Amino acid sequence: MVTPNVDFAREIADAGGAEVKMCFQCGTCTASCPSGRQTSYRVRKLMRQAQLGLKEQIFEGEDLWDCTTCYACEERCPRTVPIVDIIIALRNMAVAEGHMYEDHKKTAQSLYSIGHTVSINDKVREQRKALGLSAEPPTVIANPAAMAQLKKILAAAGFDKIVE
Amino acid sequence: MAKYAFFLGCIAPLRYPGIEKSTRVVCESLGIELVDLTDASCCPAPGVIRAFSRKAWLAAAARNLALAEKMELDIVTICNGCFGSLFDAAHELNNNPENLAEVNEILAEIGMEYKGTTEVRHFAEVLYNDIGIEKLKASITNPLDYKVATFYGCHFLKPSKYKAIDNPEDAHVLDDLVEATGAQSMPRMQKMMCCGAGGGVRSALGDVAMKLTKQNLDNMVEGGAEYIVDICPFCHLQFDTGEGELGFKLPVLHLSQLYGIAMGMNAKDLGLDAHKVPVTL
Ligand code: SF4
Ligand code: SF4
Repeated sequence: MVTPNVDFAREIADAGGAEVKMCFQCGTCTASCPSGRQTSYRVRKLMRQAQLGLKEQIFEGEDLWDCTTCYACEERCPRTVPIVDIIIALRNMAVAEGHMYEDHKKTAQSLYSIGHTVSINDKVREQRKALGLSAEPPTVIANPAAMAQLKKILAAAGFDKIVE
Repeated sequence: MAKYAFFLGCIAPLRYPGIEKSTRVVCESLGIELVDLTDASCCPAPGVIRAFSRKAWLAAAARNLALAEKMELDIVTICNGCFGSLFDAAHELNNNPENLAEVNEILAEIGMEYKGTTEVRHFAEVLYNDIGIEKLKASITNPLDYKVATFYGCHFLKPSKYKAIDNPEDAHVLDDLVEATGAQSMPRMQKMMCCGAGGGVRSALGDVAMKLTKQNLDNMVEGGAEYIVDICPFCHLQFDTGEGELGFKLPVLHLSQLYGIAMGMNAKDLGLDAHKVPVTL
């Protein structure tokens, strides 16, 4: 027996997942999902869990994180459910409760410290120079003042808590 | 002459600088003026950063859009991730005064404002729509005979309800662009499938990503392809770094590099030494 969690279902709706109620469980999404072909992840099932507010089932395990956000499902959904937006909303909620992979945290920390999701190193600087490009690209990576501004707005949006 | 703010992103400038260089050279010879979007950051990545905090993602994306707005230029990107992120953010902000007001409250902390006027374009679609196939054909000085697997990736065409670029189930834009160089686009199964890297799957669940990558590579080889041509440095990275482990050796070229070769660009300016899979021209 599953017991629906009405409160959590409402939280999902408030977080931007309201249209999950449109889903009538046809399974077109699962049939289109390249990730589900390789894993036990079933996007149809995730949409059902979201409708019922099954918080523990949604947050535990890797299913929620198996989606590559490829939109194959969403393109074909006969009910035009914004599936990827719903998955993003669920992930935001999971992260806010501390469910986050270490590697994802590193990516978040990288954005917060250098403004990019990958680092720079001497090999890249050399490759860039050999091509006649500036050693560092003309982005926040080359301008600490601009980086400080980026950091300020990320923190204002609560990102500082995620990278802790 | 078309003029754009050039948005670099992360993977191209920091892992495959040859993609950045080729784009600059190719655009210059086609009469597209690229002005650096100075002080921009990561787009930020739609599948990871947006998945952690939609609010932080939108604020940082709005900052990038506002930088271009100040230059009175639209943005051109060379990456599907950057395109997806910035296009989606612009769509959310340019059409929704409430979202715009919310994000401007955050931008005000650094004395910035976004008015909601920046449009976001993708290099591939700029070539196709602004320059056009006939003019591109005329620019080719070194016609190629490569057998190519065209790789569209996901966020160039999808979600198609906002992006009316091409049919995401059966697209032709990239195939037309590749064939304009003389190369042949080879057919294959599941052509529009994801490379596997997106959504944070590559970083946290790497073996799942690799299974999708292998499926793509199997299909490409079965279809007779000898090269991969992509329009996204992240797909590029996934194939180029994954092939060795999976036992494949199809050279991986970004569309800008393919055009660089076909337009007679100096081979050393393509930055091929950054590639794991050796590229023979
Ligand atoms: S395709 Fe749409 S309606 Fe069908 S199960 Fe998936 S989300 Fe629900
Ligand atoms: S967007 Fe996610 S759930 Fe939908 S088909 Fe792609 S991987 Fe599957």
